[in-house]
Amino acid sequence: MSAATQSWANRNRMTLTPLLFLAPGMLFFAVYVIIPIFQSFNISLYEWDGLGEATFVGARNYQELVTDRAFEISLWNNVKWLLLYLLAIPAGLFIALFLNQTVFGIRLYKSLFFFPFVISQVVVGLVFSWFYLPNVGLFDIVMGWFGVDIRGGVLGNPNTATYGIIAAGIWPQTAYCMILYLTGLNAVDPEQVEAGRLDGAKGWRMLWHVILPQLRPATFIAFVVTIIGALRSFDLISIMTNGGPFGSTRVLSFYMFEKALSEYGFRMGYGSAIAVVLFFIMLFFIAYFLWSMYRDEKEARR
Amino acid sequence: MLKKFASVAGAMALTTALVTPAMAELSGTLRIMSDMSNPAPRAIMEGLAADFDAMHPNLTVEVEIVDREAWKSQIRNALTADAPDVINWYAANRMGPYVKAGLFEDISDMYANGDLPGLDSVKGAMTMDGKQWGVPYTYYQWGIYYREDIFKDLGLSEPTTFDEEIANCQKIVDSGRKCYTIGSKFLWTAGGWFDYMNMRTNGFDFHMQLATGQASWTSDEVKATFANWRKLIDMGAFIDDHQTYSWQEALPPFVNGEATAYLMGNFVVPHLREAGLTDEQIDFYQFPKIADVPMGEDAPTDTFHIASGAKNKEAARAFLQYVTSADVQTKINAGSGLGQLPVNANSSVDDDEFLNQGFDMLSNNATGGIAQFFDRDFPAEMASVGMEGLQEFMVFPDNLDDILNRLEAARTRIYK
Repeated sequence: MSAATQSWANRNRMTLTPLLFLAPGMLFFAVYVIIPIFQSFNISLYEWDGLGEATFVGARNYQELVTDRAFEISLWNNVKWLLLYLLAIPAGLFIALFLNQTVFGIRLYKSLFFFPFVISQVVVGLVFSWFYLPNVGLFDIVMGWFGVDIRGGVLGNPNTATYGIIAAGIWPQTAYCMILYLTGLNAVDPEQVEAGRLDGAKGWRMLWHVILPQLRPATFIAFVVTIIGALRSFDLISIMTNGGPFGSTRVLSFYMFEKALSEYGFRMGYGSAIAVVLFFIMLFFIAYFLWSMYRDEKEARR
Repeated sequence: MLKKFASVAGAMALTTALVTPAMAELSGTLRIMSDMSNPAPRAIMEGLAADFDAMHPNLTVEVEIVDREAWKSQIRNALTADAPDVINWYAANRMGPYVKAGLFEDISDMYANGDLPGLDSVKGAMTMDGKQWGVPYTYYQWGIYYREDIFKDLGLSEPTTFDEEIANCQKIVDSGRKCYTIGSKFLWTAGGWFDYMNMRTNGFDFHMQLATGQASWTSDEVKATFANWRKLIDMGAFIDDHQTYSWQEALPPFVNGEATAYLMGNFVVPHLREAGLTDEQIDFYQFPKIADVPMGEDAPTDTFHIASGAKNKEAARAFLQYVTSADVQTKINAGSGLGQLPVNANSSVDDDEFLNQGFDMLSNNATGGIAQFFDRDFPAEMASVGMEGLQEFMVFPDNLDDILNRLEAARTRIYK
């Protein structure tokens, strides 16, 4: 009897061992990620203040989302963030190309360019809000020289506030992309560059046909971290405008927080409905990332 | 942050026991969770706990002090899991979610049987569904704090009517200054302006109907309120770009004399004094009369409640009684303590220019009624949508119709 059990474990140990090693991780992943996702789905069908009884309302929270103008603004702001944040990738690439040379003190310059990514987002937010201050902020003074007067200051005007925050976010994100490209550039094969040069390629053609294809892994990672950075743009908004003026700078994550967890919130069901929408937007990108990673691995194996 | 106050020596305990025989039987532990986290209130809270502990030899008082802002969301966890005996909160509608969820203890009997003498005038703010759910421990007036010295230079006097207010303001604007400073980044300051414009234009009762969802945001009354408010906006009475400032960031224009008045709660006074303004330079007047209606006032009240899950309710009740007693009220609200108004009618108000004026105003000239404040009288969700609309109105007054339609839609959804 015991011999049979032993031999079963023995026979399957190649399968069992990895499963056992994976078990703790899978357990925690299930408890802290997978199950809460389904709980959010469930709560989004209820009207619940987090204290009393939850009442089932079906899809009513979602119906309300469709007519909710604050939600619409948040959604559009998310789109703006996603699109404009991608500017950090080319910006990071050009700074990396510029810094990829051997002159005296280049390490110092590199670390100076990397500096904004090291400091806290809260500090970035504060620095930029002072920079944008109406009348006394540097930005307002410089714009004044060109005769441009933004009413209420960059962050006080509903038409410019979101762009102002995105610009503040791009600053550290560019530094992040730059460091990714700098490491990528180290791995560029000098022989291929040499071969390209013999074939008469230089400037843009060299960059586009020889350098960039070799930087593809770096570009992919830069793309991933930038998309993720754009979707978790919570802290800058909270520091710089607190969602205002009159809700014009909210994004979905901020709106979800406001509805579910802030001082005037505690509509758990509605907050969850927003979270579900945000989840599907993220899922779209996550699915793309997973698919392209899977494809690369398959190619590599061939 | 947990502080324990050890019981005091036997001799002391004996004397206290003799003085208050009825309370001496209290025993066990009294757990207080407080949001009085700023330095002065914190000292008061810790002092209260230590004194109460000393009065009851068999009772141990534990105080846990939570950051005031954080407490606004933490209270939910605190009340549902291992509830303390006594907690801090706010009066009026802000109690709603906890009263409805049955998390606050009903203490109507204490009011009924005379355990809380001197609290009759503040009982209303603690009443919900015809029962009382806690006790207040401090409150403060709102009103217009102004630069007395600049008013003197311009030959202005304290206005009592809106026409005088506007005439004053015109002179102030002509002198190159702004009439009012305000920082509306965190929205609630605009709520204060609306409270006063609405209470003065339509009266306290209409304001409360609006707060409880019975009146419409698109009604003529509300439109009249905004029309009055707009007079001030159009004449350039408010400082520019106020939507980018917090209320503290709006102080410098007042201190520098670029703006001459600030509609604020009495908590602004220490800030003004710290900034170097003397009491000769600042003064206070009640928000002037607009329509011929009894004047209502904002006077936000901070409170103590017993959790319904409390383990030592007997001690908790005794503590509430202790905090609201006339002597304790006089002591903790004095200028050296909270620097606010005592809630007990038998207490005395500290000799301070602003506290005296506020107390006089609230006792004699607030016949319309006493409101708590926009974000405490209106349900939380209505308050947040509402204050956002008010801020938008102050910046883009032309959007008014759109804003009012939005608020009306929110009203029909929120009040069911």
